[in-house]
Amino acid sequence: MKQLLILSGKGGTGKTTVASAFIRLSEAQAYADCDVDAPNLHLITKHSKAPSRKDYYGMPKAEIDPDICINCGKCMENCRFDAISVKERSHFVDPFGCEGCGVCEFVCPVNAVSLHTSVAGDLMLFKEGPVTFSTAQLKMGSGTTGMLVSEVKKQMKESAEDTYFAIVDGSPGIGCPVIASLSGADMVLIVAEPSLSGISDMERIIKTALIFRVIIAICVNKSDTNTKNTKRIKDFCQLEGIPYVGSIPFDPLAVKAVNKGMSITDIDCPSGRAVKEVFNETMHLIIREGKDVQNDKNLWAATH
Amino acid sequence: MKIAIPADEKNIDSTVCQSFGRTPFFLIYDTDTDNAEFLDNSAASSQGGAGIKAAQTVADSGVSALLTPRCGQNAADVIVGANIAIFKTGYPSLKENIAAFKEGDLKPLEEIHAGFHGHGG
Amino acid sequence: MAVKNCKIAVLSGKGGTGKTLLSVNLASAAADSVYVDCDVEEPNGHLFFKPQWNIEKEISVKIPQVDPNKCDGCKKCVEFCKFNALAYINKNLKIFDDVCHSCGGCSLVCPQGALTERDKAVGTLSVGDSEGVRVLSGMMKTGIASGIPIIKELLTQCGSLEDDRPIFIDCPPGSACIVMESIKDADYCLLAAEPSIFGRHNLEMVWSLVRLFEKPHSVVINKCVDQSDPTDEFCKENRIKILEKIPFDVELGTLNSNGKIATRENTKYRDLFSSLLEKIYREVPHEATVNSER
Repeated sequence: MKQLLILSGKGGTGKTTVASAFIRLSEAQAYADCDVDAPNLHLITKHSKAPSRKDYYGMPKAEIDPDICINCGKCMENCRFDAISVKERSHFVDPFGCEGCGVCEFVCPVNAVSLHTSVAGDLMLFKEGPVTFSTAQLKMGSGTTGMLVSEVKKQMKESAEDTYFAIVDGSPGIGCPVIASLSGADMVLIVAEPSLSGISDMERIIKTALIFRVIIAICVNKSDTNTKNTKRIKDFCQLEGIPYVGSIPFDPLAVKAVNKGMSITDIDCPSGRAVKEVFNETMHLIIREGKDVQNDKNLWAATH
Repeated sequence: MKIAIPADEKNIDSTVCQSFGRTPFFLIYDTDTDNAEFLDNSAASSQGGAGIKAAQTVADSGVSALLTPRCGQNAADVIVGANIAIFKTGYPSLKENIAAFKEGDLKPLEEIHAGFHGHGG
Repeated sequence: MAVKNCKIAVLSGKGGTGKTLLSVNLASAAADSVYVDCDVEEPNGHLFFKPQWNIEKEISVKIPQVDPNKCDGCKKCVEFCKFNALAYINKNLKIFDDVCHSCGGCSLVCPQGALTERDKAVGTLSVGDSEGVRVLSGMMKTGIASGIPIIKELLTQCGSLEDDRPIFIDCPPGSACIVMESIKDADYCLLAAEPSIFGRHNLEMVWSLVRLFEKPHSVVINKCVDQSDPTDEFCKENRIKILEKIPFDVELGTLNSNGKIATRENTKYRDLFSSLLEKIYREVPHEATVNSER
């Protein structure tokens, strides 16, 4: 399975808008939303049937039995995460602060502490005919985790074993969820924003992506909001030898389309037309740089 | 000699698991006696550090070589530290890889990828 | 009229909604204030303030180290570690720094006392000033697992400030544990949202978070185009107070993308953010009396 991953570093650059446009244009039969903290892709991809759901278990959480607790305070003294406090004459573990390390369980002289499995998220799999869409929602307060992202991708791969091409809407930021998104990706498209913050975040994310030997390409969204910065990004790409696959202008019609649950390619608008060009350039790059010639040719034929 | 291969099922006719750290099982195969044993990989359900834990399981199993499609930096450090050679699998099934290994047709694994720093796999 | 030492956290379900725009401009409008950038993965506030840095502190966490002479290979530490940060091979204990969560457990369980702790740098904390605003910024090193130790240090530094200045906390996006850490001590939460179905969906999550923590809150909808939109509807349905609707404004967007603080560039924006600030100050004491228990 060939995976195209879409990343942005900073949130709000239009990653999901671009990802949903690509899904429409490529008619990809497998896609995943790895932004498990705030998944949005399902709002555009629309599915009629409810998904199958699975609990995702995170780190276990400690619980103190107030009937056994003798209030010696050893647990609180040793907790490195400030997760234990005194409440109603007994010691109490804040499940949001607890990292499941097990130290309190170890130091408790009376065995009042035990670790319990805890549901940290909700995995969802939509399957309609040949189309597979995998996503998840992290429960509030849970640790940002690469593992849930890995589960989302694993779920997609297992459910769409014979599908050749998949699009992954990646996690924002630069941390472990992004690294987990990168695993198994054949190519990364970075959607950058032409602002100082956007450029700063783009650079941090390139640093992270370079550790994995994947093809990297960059496009700029809302390019006309700051032409000077868009040029800075283009120059940066030329200097670093990173392919620049196109610019998408700011488009008020885009928000209108998205609010109606449509992709920008579903209506005739400037951003829709521009994203088609970015799509063509990106697919061209996958074929040119890819090693799976025959299947890539089929993919090209199927998407053009 | 004994070799380890990540396996999708507890069955000699099964396929190689594409993930090292989160493979459900390891096949421990003796190339001299053709004896096959399967070990459960407790790292499969770990939140993080799965590669390290899986590597510890392999290191403790007494094998001289590991056959795997890929491997992260942290896991590789453990395997190499235990003086176990790492080879890249070249075929989908366990049997094909065992045969190729016996013929000396498998290449050492060159591309070790960055670790997930404990939160992924 | 400023409320003494109040901590106002600005958060949103998703990045790019205007958290930094709001917190940077509110801190500037207050003139004599503190701005704390808790988005340690991708801090942006300093790009706007360009402060004179006075203090740069390295933040570190404790990582175990082994005395090989005392270690007898019992592997109790390896078995204990819930994060799988330890491996024992060839009579050698290997410690994986980047996987370690610094819980201190392995040193406690070792029967031989072979494990002690050393410091590992995970990021930096910088303090500076910019025209009356004290800027605190934390930056996490790439590849580190958690930004929580840096946020904890940032908020501790805030707490130790001996003045009455209002504090504006620019939170990380989302609602994961790193966000919870940022709002733990906040007196008031301002939720930034976008007027779209995405915006509504993301607001919903972060709204649940502030209610769970029983924090008084209100919403600012940013980049408004129409009179009504999905986010506005959501707030009305759930009786969430909308303090301000900032219209989509090319000039504001351009200033922002060039790293300029709008409040300092144009009186139009200074008035906008000053008036928003007043609205917030009016909310804080009111909520504090109603919701005195936290």
